[in-house]
Amino acid sequence: MIRLTVAAPLCALALANTAPVLAETHTVAPGQGAQERLQEALILAQPGDEVLLEAGRYMLTDGLSLDVDGVTVRGAGADESVLDFTGQQGSGEGLLVTSDDVTLRDFAVENAKGDGIKSKGADRIIYHAIRVEWTNGPDANNGAYGIYPVEASDILVQDSYVRGASDAGIYVGQSENIIVRRNRVVENVAGIEIENSNNAEVTENLATRNTGGILVFDLPGLPKVGGGNVLVARNAVIDNNTDNFAPEGNIVASVPAGTGVMVMANKGVHISENALVNNSTSHVMMIAYTQEYNDDRYEPRPVDVVISNNIYGTGGYAPDFAGGDMIAAAMGGALPPVLTDGLHSNFVKLDTVPVVSLGLKTVGQPFAEAQPQILAPVPIVTEVKFTPVALPDGMEARLQ
Amino acid sequence: MRHSVVLLAASALAFGGAIAGGAVPPPVVVNDALLLGDSMPRTLEEFGFFRKRNGTDPAPGVVPYELNTPLYSDGADKLRYIYLPDGEQLVAVGDGLLQFPVGSAIIKTFAFGEGANQRFIETRVLLHRPDGWLALPYRWNDEQTEARLALAGARLPITRPDGSEISYRVPNKNQCKTCHSMDGEVIPIGPKARNLSKEWLAQMVEAGRLSEVPAGSDSMPDWAVREGADTAALARAYLDVNCAHCHQPGGGASNSGLDLRWEQDEPHALGIRKPPVAAGRGAGGHKVSIAPGDPDASILVYRMDSAEPGIAMPELGKSTVDEEGVAVVRKWIAEMKQGNDAT
Repeated sequence: MIRLTVAAPLCALALANTAPVLAETHTVAPGQGAQERLQEALILAQPGDEVLLEAGRYMLTDGLSLDVDGVTVRGAGADESVLDFTGQQGSGEGLLVTSDDVTLRDFAVENAKGDGIKSKGADRIIYHAIRVEWTNGPDANNGAYGIYPVEASDILVQDSYVRGASDAGIYVGQSENIIVRRNRVVENVAGIEIENSNNAEVTENLATRNTGGILVFDLPGLPKVGGGNVLVARNAVIDNNTDNFAPEGNIVASVPAGTGVMVMANKGVHISENALVNNSTSHVMMIAYTQEYNDDRYEPRPVDVVISNNIYGTGGYAPDFAGGDMIAAAMGGALPPVLTDGLHSNFVKLDTVPVVSLGLKTVGQPFAEAQPQILAPVPIVTEVKFTPVALPDGMEARLQ
Repeated sequence: MRHSVVLLAASALAFGGAIAGGAVPPPVVVNDALLLGDSMPRTLEEFGFFRKRNGTDPAPGVVPYELNTPLYSDGADKLRYIYLPDGEQLVAVGDGLLQFPVGSAIIKTFAFGEGANQRFIETRVLLHRPDGWLALPYRWNDEQTEARLALAGARLPITRPDGSEISYRVPNKNQCKTCHSMDGEVIPIGPKARNLSKEWLAQMVEAGRLSEVPAGSDSMPDWAVREGADTAALARAYLDVNCAHCHQPGGGASNSGLDLRWEQDEPHALGIRKPPVAAGRGAGGHKVSIAPGDPDASILVYRMDSAEPGIAMPELGKSTVDEEGVAVVRKWIAEMKQGNDAT
């Protein structure tokens, strides 16, 4: 009977797995010709195949790319199999994935000239136990994004580590159905950024020593706008006080050092059960998008933001925006844990901490006209529900 | 008359060869079965696109063409051909991309050097197979006798006509697709009616190999004789040819929201006062893609003017800055009125 109970789930798994029976493993080793050998393996792999990166350091001169559905790229560990792009001479990223049902796991990408790993239009992708690092630490000359899935559905990024990105460590853009969990993001401008995306869970991550820990943004004028239904929960957002080192022009260049969680525009953002500690500007910030835009689809204000059950440590003692120090001084030396520009709509505050509002009345109004005040408690207008993210059946089973 | 069609001449030669029967080597015929099959031939020669092993003297059905405004590729010379199977023809769809029948191919050889010193570096082929287009790169050997499939691409030292040494990149198969893609499918990008000469199109129609000469054809300026041409037309043609294959809806850089196609007239989509999205250090400290009247504050110019990966645009197929292209785009932006969105 024991045999039978074991066999049944195994059979079910085997049936659910759509990979061909004769899946092959293409093993690649570092050393002479690694660029061509690895790229050729990525091209010749068939759906269901695995490209296995033996331990060691792969010295690469050009970006790599994968365009075959259902392929797994697996290394011997995030500190063992290292794709080293220090000598990269071409391409906009280290590794580019443009196919569906891809699993990337257990390897590292170092010092890519542009982004670390980008996946575009790659549905049902998994990033598992990946390390993307710019080894010199914070530097405006580092690549923009570490882990960068964009324009896709069903994205899982977990147990990964990103350090040194001059924009966001983990950036998910213009996508939907997203889980970002148990990652460590350290010394990036933004630790994790969910932008112009819907249905996202950002949970159990450690975001530390970034400029801003976790950002939930929506920008106008892009193919996909109207981000929302985002859960930011059970994260440790600690010591995000690194000076902003993003090149000017990028939206994250405007993020003040000392930001914990920041919501810009978006509808339906839940910030719950996080530990928010020692972020010197603000633990939670809600602001409207203030630049000019021409996009009828776009709502520049944060709408339906919920904060509940968070733990707030010290913070707000060195606000990194014009006039911030004066406001802090007026409020007893530090800003309250939550800050709004005053332009939000339907803020559901279940935590008891005070909120400072800059008292702006219209989107685009200059900060110079701010009238800082402690936000008076307001009755909850509309309850805001979060619809949990469900990844497609069988997706996570690929990791077993 | 630089756009000549050798199709008829080539056919005549083939016919002559057949009549002579054995007096001359049998004519090379394009291997249609191979082209339509599902293999990736190891050598270019197997296709039979050329009569000579050195990749010259096109076979019957292989027709050379030129573009009014070409894509910059580190100053490489390009020899472009299309192949149409017997009895098939191209269909013109407005001023856009010509429609190629299944079984056709586009062949492009990249070369450096003049006259007897000309050396072929690589030949890229696009095959229109029943299940879609396939892009393959072939790299020529030093002896110039054979071009072999280079799936993973290559990087090799090249001396350019001006004497400068560069590290030239032969793209890998996936990189071919990075530019040649629309909604994830491989497509041709070069042969658009608006960028082909009326003479060539008319000759193709006359030869029965093109449905018609469409309205709007030959509307892009001739880059080779651009002095005195309208700056905006030159710049927009340049951007269409060099950037728009990625920067358009469905293209490789669709998420940027930047659309640099010839037919796009909405200022924000073209980058005018448009903030960057994912430019990273490619923004170069600038706040918008195009700052009207101020090329030095425009991300577009900054990235075109760089050869450094992570900053340089285009991201692929470029190791050097196209100074002439930058100059034209610079002038176009400088001439824009700051107060309005004149394009």
